[in-house]
Amino acid sequence: MQANDVFFLLMGLSALAFYMGRGRSLEIAGELRGIRNLHSLPNYYGYYTALWCGLPALLLLCLWIIVDDPVIIAVVMDSLPGEVLPSNSVEHTLLANKINNLAVGVLPSAGQSEVLISAAQQLRDLTQLSRWGMAATVLCLALIGLAWGRSFVAAKFRARQRVEKVVQYALFACACLAIFTTLGIVLSVLFESLQFFKSVPVDDFVLGLEWSPQTAIRADQVGSSGSFGAVPLFVGTLLVSVVAMCIAVPVGLMSAIYLAEYANRSVRAYAKPALEILAGIPTVVYGFFAALTVAPYLRDLGESFGLSVSSESALAAGAVMGVMIIPFISSLADDVITAVPQAMRDGSLAMGATHSETVRRVVIPAALPGIVAGIMLAVSRAIGETMIVVMASGMAANLTFNPLDSVTTVTVQIVTLLTGDQEFDSPKTLAAFALGLMLFIVTLILNIVALQVVKRFREQYE
Amino acid sequence: MQKTATLDADDMADSSIKSSVKVTNANPLDITDEHVTVGSYEVNNAKMSIKNVNVYYGDKQAIFDVSVDIGKNEVIAMIGPSGCGKSTFLRALNRMNDTVDGCRVEGDIRMDGQDLYSPKLDVVELRARVGMVFQKPNPFPKSIYDNVAYGPKIHGLADTRVDLDEMVERSLRRASLWDEVKDRLYQAGTGLSGGQQQRLCIARAIAVSPEVILMDEPCSALDPIATARIEELIEELSQNFTIAIVTHSMQQAARVSQRTAYFHLGKLIEVNPTEQVFTMPEHALTESYITGRFG
Repeated sequence: MQANDVFFLLMGLSALAFYMGRGRSLEIAGELRGIRNLHSLPNYYGYYTALWCGLPALLLLCLWIIVDDPVIIAVVMDSLPGEVLPSNSVEHTLLANKINNLAVGVLPSAGQSEVLISAAQQLRDLTQLSRWGMAATVLCLALIGLAWGRSFVAAKFRARQRVEKVVQYALFACACLAIFTTLGIVLSVLFESLQFFKSVPVDDFVLGLEWSPQTAIRADQVGSSGSFGAVPLFVGTLLVSVVAMCIAVPVGLMSAIYLAEYANRSVRAYAKPALEILAGIPTVVYGFFAALTVAPYLRDLGESFGLSVSSESALAAGAVMGVMIIPFISSLADDVITAVPQAMRDGSLAMGATHSETVRRVVIPAALPGIVAGIMLAVSRAIGETMIVVMASGMAANLTFNPLDSVTTVTVQIVTLLTGDQEFDSPKTLAAFALGLMLFIVTLILNIVALQVVKRFREQYE
Repeated sequence: MQKTATLDADDMADSSIKSSVKVTNANPLDITDEHVTVGSYEVNNAKMSIKNVNVYYGDKQAIFDVSVDIGKNEVIAMIGPSGCGKSTFLRALNRMNDTVDGCRVEGDIRMDGQDLYSPKLDVVELRARVGMVFQKPNPFPKSIYDNVAYGPKIHGLADTRVDLDEMVERSLRRASLWDEVKDRLYQAGTGLSGGQQQRLCIARAIAVSPEVILMDEPCSALDPIATARIEELIEELSQNFTIAIVTHSMQQAARVSQRTAYFHLGKLIEVNPTEQVFTMPEHALTESYITGRFG
């Protein structure tokens, strides 16, 4: 019996427990003439019984699945004769894998030693035994839980509070999950980065002005060291993001003001969905739009003015990225502007302010915290955006502030470092993690600064 | 159509208030389309004069054929049950109804003889001359100083910072708020108590020196002490301003106003000197309302 079969059986049992708990409470209610004499509604007694039936059994099931394999492998390895056992732990694991593969049948048993074949047989038997044992124990626990939970059902029993307590813990567990996942990602990036910083000093990485991660395979080759100065990448990221925000913030904000304050209902009904369609275009589509349409056009335009524009320029990538971010800013800003109470507008209009004075002096200041928060989210998106930049702004790590040049960004470099066949102990690959960590720190600082700015300048209503 | 018979002005030359002849209905509690406003709805020294005004929200008519004058420097109270159109009527006087979708105003509203609904009229200028205080205090999310300075700034009333400071202080003094806030002028106006916020809104409204102040239930969100302060303030302000106040409290109408208008289901039933309205109302509906039979 597989674990998922047990799981579905358990769900079925819980459903049954729900009806039994509910039925029991209805029975009691019948004796007392009416469910008004129960403390909680019958459904709550049902949920309570179902929780007792399902929850402990489910926890046991999870525990069993986690502990199951390692324990069985350990038992099998212990029973092997001493002379077969290797001394070091790597080969120990290899042998365990071999036995496992034999047991599953991936590895044909022909030509293997007797000892291993019998070990594989033992492994199979033990696994079989464990599965049945798991099914029996879990279902037994579920039945005990059911009986236990049902025995609580009584007129004065506060099932409602108990169930809600469990719901509260479930919510807490979900919140923890999100936090621990983030923490896990950060830690894994951190450890890989530390690995990287063993071979490249931190200050070389953070302050270095040259980025060329190509390391030679043989030590005697030319350029075998590679250089890992991250500054050109961050300058490139900054450049592309600044270009993008220069387009996205004014256009997005003004379109939001138009939609929220001036547009009549029918314009709004068409314009908002149209903007949201813009948000739904995949970035890869924006990417080839930037690379094949905008970049050549900008190059030709630049030539007609006598400027030399690289055919993959920060300007092209930033401009298209800006267009991509417009709906993001405009939709968030539109929401916060609409949320400003009408009383604010009335107050201003009644003073003899015009509509635009009202928007400029009252509505926008009142909506500012939300607007800034939206812009910060948009900046984070711009920094993290990869596809457009890969396609439109090139791979050359030029240290330049000229938007007409070709630049590369942090995310683009992470992509190029990690795609294809890589060895995971060379600084070239590990650099990707260090870049990720830096990027994370930079966005974190940006967010904190933005929050402080908002706190300082917020004009609070209500 | 208004069917009030008004006596010839010459006959009433000695009185500043014209009086209408009382027309008795068969059943005074019935109001039909043929209703009649009783009492002295016209005055000689009218600041604003409203004639045959109808207000519609879409297809629904909210105000039916209302005619009334508001005298210079008088306080006129508008009372009546909820939903009777008092606020709608008030908002018609400074064209705040323009901001409501589907709202339409018909009839003739004049201030100093100038038609407020003429296409040539500048609404922005009108609202600077007819200020408004709302039911719920709505200070802007700015400092106390900036709240009061808002109007003078947008209308360019102060040439220098010193002028502006003076203007802010004067307005706050007139709203009897200065002593309470003079040490924290640059803190948020929203941090004040409800009563202080409402006085701040009054200070904000008088900072642009309007001629008329409309007050839409200015005390309904306030406690009795704050209410008393506002009422005192209204009395002081009435020396310089013409005030129209909508209120749910009959005691308040009695305390602050010289004349009282009673609205019922969008119709103006009776306008008379306040004392008369509360002691011997002309119309049976008014009497029922003030004696608490409905409302």
